[in-house]
Amino acid sequence: MIDKRFDLAAAVADISDGATVLVGGFGAAGSPIELLHALIDQGAKNLTVVSNNTGSGNVGLAALIGRGRVAKVICSFPRTANSTVFQDKYRAREIELELVPQGTLAERLRAGGAGIPAFYTATAAGTRLAEGKETRRFGDREFVLEYGLRADFALIKCRQADRLGNLVYNKTARNFAPVMAMAAKTTIVQTASYVEAGGIDPETVITPGVFVHRIVTVPNPLQESALVAAGASYP
Amino acid sequence: MSETIQKGVGWSRREIARNIALSIPDGSVVNLGIGIPELVASYIPPDREVLFHTENGLLGMGPPPKPGEEDPELVNAGKQPVTAIPGAAYFHHADSFAMVRGGHIDICVLGAMQVSRRGDLANWSMGDSDAAPAVGGAMDLVSGVKTIFVAMTHCSSDGTPKIVERCTYPLTGAGVVSRIYTDLAILDVRDGEIGVVELAPGVDFATLQRHTEANLVINRVPRTA
Repeated sequence: MIDKRFDLAAAVADISDGATVLVGGFGAAGSPIELLHALIDQGAKNLTVVSNNTGSGNVGLAALIGRGRVAKVICSFPRTANSTVFQDKYRAREIELELVPQGTLAERLRAGGAGIPAFYTATAAGTRLAEGKETRRFGDREFVLEYGLRADFALIKCRQADRLGNLVYNKTARNFAPVMAMAAKTTIVQTASYVEAGGIDPETVITPGVFVHRIVTVPNPLQESALVAAGASYP
Repeated sequence: MSETIQKGVGWSRREIARNIALSIPDGSVVNLGIGIPELVASYIPPDREVLFHTENGLLGMGPPPKPGEEDPELVNAGKQPVTAIPGAAYFHHADSFAMVRGGHIDICVLGAMQVSRRGDLANWSMGDSDAAPAVGGAMDLVSGVKTIFVAMTHCSSDGTPKIVERCTYPLTGAGVVSRIYTDLAILDVRDGEIGVVELAPGVDFATLQRHTEANLVINRVPRTA
C-alpha cells in the first residue's frame, strides 16, 4: 500500500551536503517553516536553494542562510524589509546569487518538471540579465534561451493532502509549490490536514500525487509573518 | 543638478493615480506595481469593472482587508494583505506568468527610475554592484503585458529629469513604455517620440521641457488607453 507519511526529521534526513533544494513560498505566504527548521536541525550544508525570496526575520529560510548553510541561491527578489541576512552574506561574498526574473524562474521549474530542457522567452531580452545568453529572433522580437531547472528536493506547504499525495493549497500560499513539486526528484510537503484517498474531490486536486513523495502532517503550521512580527529566531 | 520644481505645482500622487484610473477602459485586466500604482485601484470609476491581477497568483484582487481581518496567506506582489473579490481565482506562478507572458493582461502600471525617448524602462537596479540586485516580476511584466503605463514623479528629489534620451540605469525592458503619468504631465511614447497629451494645471510646455532631458513634441491624443 502506498504510504508517503514521514515525521519531520525523517522527511529531510537524506538531504545531503551540496544538494539543490527548492523552497516554496512568496515572501512569508506558503513558506514551509517547519520543514526548513527540520533542515536546519539536520545540518546539511553547501546547499543551493531555489526560492523566490531569501526569507524574512531570523526564521525559516533566512535562518538557514544566516547559519551559513547555503552556498548559492537562485532567486528573483533576494530582499525583504525586515531581513538583512542575505544582503550581509552577499556583501561579505559568502553567498552566490543567480538572479532570475520571477516568471522565468517559474517557467524554468515548470519546464524542468515537464521534461523540457530549455525554452525561449522575451523576458529580459535587451537587459543585463540576458548578457551571455543565447538569443533568437522569432518574428520581429528577440527572445532569450532559458534552461529548465530540476532539483534534488522540494520543500513545500499545502492545506490538505491525501494518502496518495494529491494536494490542495490555500489562497496565494500556492505560488511556486505546484511547479516545484514537479521539478524535484524528491518532493516533501508539509500539510495542515491529511485525509484518506478519496477525501479530496479529484476535480479540485491542484498537484496530482505523482509529484509528491513525502507527506508530513503539521496541523497548525507556524506563519512566518507572525514569527517575524514576534521577533522570533530559530533555533 | 537641475532646478527643482516648485512645491505645490502639478498633480499630487493621488491625482496621478486618478489620471491613470480614468484612462483604464471598462473590462480591463490590470496589474499594479508598488508605490503610486497601488493607489490606482481606488480611483476606478464605479461604472467600470476592472479586474486586478497580482502575479503571486490571484486574479480578482480586492481592497486591503479591515484591520484584524488580514490573512498571511492572502497577499499581493508587495507582500501586503489584500482581499479576493467574488469571482476571484487563485493559480500557481507558472499560470500567473503565462497570463503575463502570453499577453492576457491588458495594462500594467509600474513605477520607474528612468524612461527613455524610445520607451526603454529602468526600474529595477541603480547599478550598484555592492548590494544584491532584485528584479522580481518587473522584466516579465514589461515584456509580456500589452500596454505599459509608468507612474512617477517627473524628476528625482534633487531635480534630475527621469525622462531621458538614453537610460543610464540598467534596463528592465527596451521600448516597452506606452504612456507616462507624472506630476507635471501625461505623455505618450510612440515611434521614438514623446508627445504631451495633457499638462498639469499651472505647467506650460516650456517648463515641462526644462524638466525633461528628452525632446518633447506636442500632440493631441485623447486620454484613453
